Amino acid sequence: MQTLLDFWPDLEKATLETLLMVGVTMVLALLIGTPVGLLLYLTGPGGLRRSRLMHGLVAYAVNVLRSFPFIILLVVLIPLTRLLVGTSIGPKAAAVSLSVAAIPFFARLVEQSLRDVPKGVIDAALAFGASTRQILWQVLIPEAMPALLSSLTVTAVSFIAYSAVAGAIGAGGLGDLAIRYGYYRFETGVMVWCVLLMFVLVQAVQVAGGWLARRVDKR
Amino acid sequence: MTEPAIRLDGVAKRYETAHGAVDALLPTNLSIARGEIVGLLGFSGAGKSTLLRMINLLERPTAGRVFVAGSEFTALAEPELRHARRRIGMIFQQFNLLSHATARENVEFALRIAGTSRTERRDRARVALGVVGLSDKENAYPAQLSGGQRQRVAIARALVNEPDVLLSDEATSALDPHTSLSILRFLKQLNQERGMTMVVVTHDIKVASYICGRALVMEKGRVIETLDMTAPAPISPLGRFFMETAKGWTDATELPHGEGG
Repeated sequence: MQTLLDFWPDLEKATLETLLMVGVTMVLALLIGTPVGLLLYLTGPGGLRRSRLMHGLVAYAVNVLRSFPFIILLVVLIPLTRLLVGTSIGPKAAAVSLSVAAIPFFARLVEQSLRDVPKGVIDAALAFGASTRQILWQVLIPEAMPALLSSLTVTAVSFIAYSAVAGAIGAGGLGDLAIRYGYYRFETGVMVWCVLLMFVLVQAVQVAGGWLARRVDKR
Repeated sequence: MTEPAIRLDGVAKRYETAHGAVDALLPTNLSIARGEIVGLLGFSGAGKSTLLRMINLLERPTAGRVFVAGSEFTALAEPELRHARRRIGMIFQQFNLLSHATARENVEFALRIAGTSRTERRDRARVALGVVGLSDKENAYPAQLSGGQRQRVAIARALVNEPDVLLSDEATSALDPHTSLSILRFLKQLNQERGMTMVVVTHDIKVASYICGRALVMEKGRVIETLDMTAPAPISPLGRFFMETAKGWTDATELPHGEGG
């Protein structure tokens, strides 16, 4: 049985790979998923810019992507991944599939967070002559901020777990290390360490996210 | 004859549902003079909020025309309507304050929308909070204020643009009698001092008796009678029921729709 020290470089590399995968995924989820969620909300039932066609199209695309089991999505997206990053293995490649899954996931959470802003507050803004843009920036987003931060936390935690699934097809990261060494080579110690590190990551994200959400929540 | 503050010309609201058309409001005419306080009295679902919300077009009538201070709101394009809405203040049962913003920021909100500069916004918001007696609470968040204080912040927000008209949608329904009376007294004072026209939706005859010159009794999307609140003489069963309840409930109080409720 080898000691932790022997595996330390591997663990360190795997942790960084996981952070890279999840980091890229979260940035893209935030940059693309947020506007998609806003679009779903604004064009949805009772929205300020109701459009059945637009809402229908976006909701359809989001639902299609969300109905793929993640492991299938990984395989289906291999051609796209090759096109974008030139390879289908490694953390950068995995980040493509992870992002494609995370964008609609986060978009739905954004839509729900905005829907939870009391209708009366929007009525008041309209009554005082606010435009859709003003309502978006001065009412909806700040009022939904605690919920948006919680959504971001949930997404990060979920995709730390998904990144381990991506490890199954050679993405690198802690999940990959756990499977290759821990499972295939019966190095239980490595597996335990990988799981522990994932636990620490999840815990850190959860605590930080919860703290931020509470800080902005004035209700 | 001067132009009325508010004139509604045959406004109506009809919803098309799977089970056919539903009339939330049947064609209604209403003219409100400057400085008048008019009550819209009725049970929930009578159409009184719908009628109120048509004045600033939060609800668009499916027929008829809306005039405020002589300008036809129903003919305005979006940007002009937004601009025109600043002449009308509005307060609500649930206050509808921004939870992430302090009392002063909530008042400033009405000015921020209008593009007023930061320093002017702050000064005017402070003045408005002073008028409602909350100068010491400018940095408190709504969650830290009582219901009456929250409504005062909402009133300050409605006043800061110095509107000609104030719309009140059950503004005292969520408040205890003591707080309700103090809020109503304040509104009455505003009306007397600034000649502000008010439309007050309520299901409480006491509110209408105290503050309104006349009250429109509404039922099933129609105005069924108009009561002169200085000497109310209701004819309709609903109007009589409202007047009875002002004296308190007794076993003899006749329900307008029988015991079935």
